Amino acid sequence: MRREGSPWQGLGTVFVKELADHISSARMLVLEILFLLIACVVVYFAIDQIRQTTAEDPFVLLKLFTAGRSSLLSLLAILGILIPLVAIGLGFDAVNGEHNRRTLSRILSQPIYRDALLAGKFLAALATLGISLVCLWLLVIGLGIILLGVPPSGEEIVRSLAFLFVTLAYAGIWLALAILLSIVFRSAATAALVALGLWLFLTLIWPMLAPAFANVISPPDVRYLLVGVPSPNTAAWERALNSISPNQLYGEAAAALLAPEARAVGTTDYIGYLTQLQGAIRGSVLPLKESLAIAWPQTVSLIAGVIVLFVAGYVVFQRQEVRA
Amino acid sequence: MSAPVIAAHGLTKRYGKATVVDGIDFDVAKGEIFGLLGPNGAGKTTTILMMLGLTEVSAGEIRVLDHDPVRDPLGVKRRVGYLPDQVGFYDNLSAFENLAYTARLMGISARERGSRIDEALARVRLSGVAEKRVATFSRGMRQRLGLAEIVMKRADIAILDEPTSGLDPQATVEFLEMIEELKRAGVTVLLSSHLLDQVQRVCDRVALFQSGRIVLMGTVAELARQVLGAGFVVEVEADATADLEARFGAIPGVSSVARIDVDRYRLTADRDVRPEAARAVVAANGALRRLSVDDPSLAEIYTRFFQKQASQEEGKRDAA
Repeated sequence: MRREGSPWQGLGTVFVKELADHISSARMLVLEILFLLIACVVVYFAIDQIRQTTAEDPFVLLKLFTAGRSSLLSLLAILGILIPLVAIGLGFDAVNGEHNRRTLSRILSQPIYRDALLAGKFLAALATLGISLVCLWLLVIGLGIILLGVPPSGEEIVRSLAFLFVTLAYAGIWLALAILLSIVFRSAATAALVALGLWLFLTLIWPMLAPAFANVISPPDVRYLLVGVPSPNTAAWERALNSISPNQLYGEAAAALLAPEARAVGTTDYIGYLTQLQGAIRGSVLPLKESLAIAWPQTVSLIAGVIVLFVAGYVVFQRQEVRA
Repeated sequence: MSAPVIAAHGLTKRYGKATVVDGIDFDVAKGEIFGLLGPNGAGKTTTILMMLGLTEVSAGEIRVLDHDPVRDPLGVKRRVGYLPDQVGFYDNLSAFENLAYTARLMGISARERGSRIDEALARVRLSGVAEKRVATFSRGMRQRLGLAEIVMKRADIAILDEPTSGLDPQATVEFLEMIEELKRAGVTVLLSSHLLDQVQRVCDRVALFQSGRIVLMGTVAELARQVLGAGFVVEVEADATADLEARFGAIPGVSSVARIDVDRYRLTADRDVRPEAARAVVAANGALRRLSVDDPSLAEIYTRFFQKQASQEEGKRDAA
């Protein structure tokens, strides 16, 4: 049975209202100030380091994103941690908040479909994240130009914009997850805690568990062990298991885009390791096209993750009772 | 009577094995106030949600203003206003902004929006607080704001779910007056409530729900006849030498006469027999001191109905 009328009716209205809510909310203000402060501090240290260590580099502006006092304090690493927090903060009470305020049935009794409400909320939160990220991007590039005195090359701009896009997809995953949880759990606090729990698990615990699981699924070959090299099968499993974590995918894609010196994103794809690689194969720079090709699978996985999580939320929401 | 604006046939809602609404049939005519009565959990809200296409229909059919809420919910929701049980608003927005948001969702043009919101707020007497944040509003004000939304929508049907529960008596009276204003403006009102005297005060017809079924439906007088036997109880206080009891008994429509005191009689009838009773006293040269009628109260019908049902069930159990 087909329903009549457009599912998009009211989408624009919901989008504008939610966007206004996000931008004017105290919660968002705090998150954004935190976000920008940390970014500024990190970039400042990165510039400091670049001044001391780098003599000449064609991609000195991209270094702003990856360099830092230590590999864990680079802008890239900080973004990998902060973006999920901001995205969860924007999405954890999207639907159950409407339930608890008892506004849901009143809004849904207007001539709109649930599709418009859910999509509007998702897009508004994504737009909020997009706005913050674009600001951050401009800030970093601007600081780079002023403090380093180097004009950005065309390739640097393209690479960093591609990085911006990947970052947005990464944010989308956490946002879609938070909204899904806000549909499943009636209590906003439960949804937030579950989202944070998943975030902790995927970013901190899973990277430690993945090698262990890989060793169980495909025990390392003794011959490789004797030479002291990881067995290819085990390494492949480890890589596959690691890819479950969006953090990992994001790190790989970002590294491919921002560090053209890195040849491939292999088993040793921790950001910290990249700095070693950079030293090892300096001079052999990958062309832009190759970097994009390397980052492509991870980017597609991230986008697919966003779609899968959003669709899951959509299905649950369509079948949910509206009564409080 | 014109075609009904709401027509339900065999409407059923099941959750798993539990049947919440069990094959109900009812029609609501244009311009009437129709009351859905019954204890909590009897299926009133579920029926309302099915009318709006907000929950799926398991079996049966419902048509609202000639639209099918299952297939064309937008067509229904464009013309039906809904005030949910304990309506909520965005606390951080003002009354005006809250209405502006729903006005946009309704698709009211930007040019018309402002004037329609002002007009609706004036109708529910909230003009003075239009720019105040809803967080500061009392329960009664929120309910009125919900009603303003329906007024602004210029809905043909207003569905009000427990609109007066939790209101203080003064706010309740005001709210009921506003419902009657809606009726005067030609709006069909569907009112769900468990507060019987209020329903009786405003409703033209009522349907009594019990565990998913409509067990009684009609005007209050009709229900009284069905449940209480006769609808009207007239009390007469009069002195007369003649035998008043016999004279009262001869009035058409009177089913029984009881002499409660030397000069007091209680007449049970299927209509208001006060004029005839007065005439009878005068004809007997009596002195008429008091003539009163007890309107059948919905509360009485309600309690009596459930008592009857309980005793019937007991009877059945005994027979078995």
